[in-house]
Amino acid sequence: MPETILLAHGSGGKLAHRLIEENILSDLSNPMLARMDDSAVMEFSGQLAFTTDSYVVSPIFFPGGDIGKLSVCGTTNDLAMSGARPLYLSLSFIIEEGFPLSDLKRILSSIRDTAREAGVQIVTGDTKVVNRGNADKLYINTAGIGRIKQGTNISGANIVPGDKIILSGSIGDHGIAIMSKREGLHFSTDLQSDCAPLCGMVANMIATGADIHALRDPTRGGVATTLNEMSEQSQVRIVIEEERIPVRDEVLGACEMLGFDPLYVANEGKLVAFVPSRDAQRVLDAMRRHPYGARAQVIGEVEQAETPCVVMKTVLGASRLVDMLVGDLLPRIC
Amino acid sequence: MKYVSEFRQGRLASGLIEKIKRSSHTPVNFMEFCGSHTVSIFRYGIRQVLPETVSTLSGPGCPICVTSNVDLDKAIALARTPNVIMASFGDVLRVPGSFTSLQAVRAEGADVRVIYSAIDALQIARDNPTRQVVLLGIGFETTAPTIAASIMQAKQEDLNNFSVLSWHKLSPPAMKSLLDAGDVAIDGLICPGHVSIITGSQAWEFIARDYGIPCVVAGFEPLDILQCVDMLVTQVENGEAKVEIAYTRGVQHAGNTVAQKLMKRVFEPCFAQWRGIGAIPGSGLKLREEFSKFDAEQVFDIAPGPTREPKGCICGEVLRGVKTPIDCPLFAGACTPENPVGACMVSSEGSCFTYYLYGGKNA
Repeated sequence: MPETILLAHGSGGKLAHRLIEENILSDLSNPMLARMDDSAVMEFSGQLAFTTDSYVVSPIFFPGGDIGKLSVCGTTNDLAMSGARPLYLSLSFIIEEGFPLSDLKRILSSIRDTAREAGVQIVTGDTKVVNRGNADKLYINTAGIGRIKQGTNISGANIVPGDKIILSGSIGDHGIAIMSKREGLHFSTDLQSDCAPLCGMVANMIATGADIHALRDPTRGGVATTLNEMSEQSQVRIVIEEERIPVRDEVLGACEMLGFDPLYVANEGKLVAFVPSRDAQRVLDAMRRHPYGARAQVIGEVEQAETPCVVMKTVLGASRLVDMLVGDLLPRIC
Repeated sequence: MKYVSEFRQGRLASGLIEKIKRSSHTPVNFMEFCGSHTVSIFRYGIRQVLPETVSTLSGPGCPICVTSNVDLDKAIALARTPNVIMASFGDVLRVPGSFTSLQAVRAEGADVRVIYSAIDALQIARDNPTRQVVLLGIGFETTAPTIAASIMQAKQEDLNNFSVLSWHKLSPPAMKSLLDAGDVAIDGLICPGHVSIITGSQAWEFIARDYGIPCVVAGFEPLDILQCVDMLVTQVENGEAKVEIAYTRGVQHAGNTVAQKLMKRVFEPCFAQWRGIGAIPGSGLKLREEFSKFDAEQVFDIAPGPTREPKGCICGEVLRGVKTPIDCPLFAGACTPENPVGACMVSSEGSCFTYYLYGGKNA
């Protein structure tokens, strides 16, 4: 019989200890975690970034990733978008009774690999098991701490007219990859989620010495929603050009079929950067040299505005407003 | 051919735009029947690139928008019925009925499930033999054949817990009703692409013949629509009125005869109540007597209670093309996609939603 997670695995007793020791510690081991104290103890100086996110994606395994990889990428990417180098993560599971142990192991090894790539250590965590039906398979929460190099000041509030907007690659890959596997939606595509830790690329961008004003990863709500948030934050008008935005044919086709606009479809391994015109080329070059930014493009520019808004120049040369996403395109994509 | 990017090429578009500018002299008002066309026109900014002589006007072709509150209230009452699973296409959930929406009753505990195809509803019925599954059949000729196929399948499997609440509507009778009312001057009709795949371009012959209005069936990409406008302008300038197809990769004169037969086998035309337009004879589709076992109206005794229309909403006039969303005092103020008053602000193909999404408060 395949081994499954039982309620007792979350009770703090023997089974819980065995689960942690045999599966979690072995995979994620580092000195701070191995101490097994109630909290991780660390020393810091300087400016820190701190963020948290919960992951409820369905299905938990999808083309190009799984909920474990996502839970590391999502939180470390949020740190990176503040210009921070991710250092430590917490990792908490809420597991539905009956969840296959083999699946948990798969997820743990993907967490290990992604954490390694992102250069982040998992230093504290928790496991709870709930009755069958009270959660859908597995939920993960991660919180992360990162260090910000002195002199770095990256914020959505720093954008100024004249800034160039750089997008790191094709949009909508994650959302469409998830949708292709959703119950009732099955369509065949080779498309993979773009789920990836971006901190390496961001470090390279910062290392150019460019005066990066703002960074953001366009996850839920897509590029359209992210740009709207940023135009509000800095009270500017953002103008993007439809023809410059990279969209894969598979994504375009699926969007046509489902009635979506790729601008609103989620990404998990992309970022938009706002940089002064004079620094745009070297940031773009740094991004393109990194595998996660190979298709990076300048997609538009920031203008002065009385009312903040996002405007797109269409392929026909007309312009139209790009609003925030209203409602849910599709729930539980991350 | 990928059939998408080829039809979005800026270079080809500018050639067509120039051609339209050269040939258009008479001021014209073209109506696009279909909500998907309205979306494309706004999404690509087509109105901005057309010459001043050419105006486009949105028509009633948004199935959710034209669904009356009486019908919505019925669906909501059904969803609240114990033991019922309501299977619906996603857009419908947010549309307000007289007092509440399917989304709101779902939050209160009603079992309302979003499906992507009629086949999904059949599967839900098979998986839940002790419960009644009601499929909300909504749409024009485009979706009716797939719902008809699901009913045929249910009959073949002798399913006893599957029924359809049919809100299906037919496009040509609605167009006829609009033209007969004479509220709005139309110099050309941008005929719906997906509907015409099923009905064929023949469905629009009567408009060219009886009303002298040029008709061109269009696809949904910017080049499709520009080509359609070009063909309509040419007809107007030549004093012609005929039915042409600017969407030959999808539409033929006779349409999809297999789908037509299937529709006729399961459904028969009936009176239908259209929001804003009123009751139009022969414009709805109800299940034939032979299939009454799958007709939710027959299976359930639905008592939705009194109906109420939202105050101040001009959805009806917008759907008839008499007014535009910006003429509405509620537009972008009391009525927004987050807090919609009327159905046209909810549906992703609704005129008000499209105006708001792509044009904002100053659409």
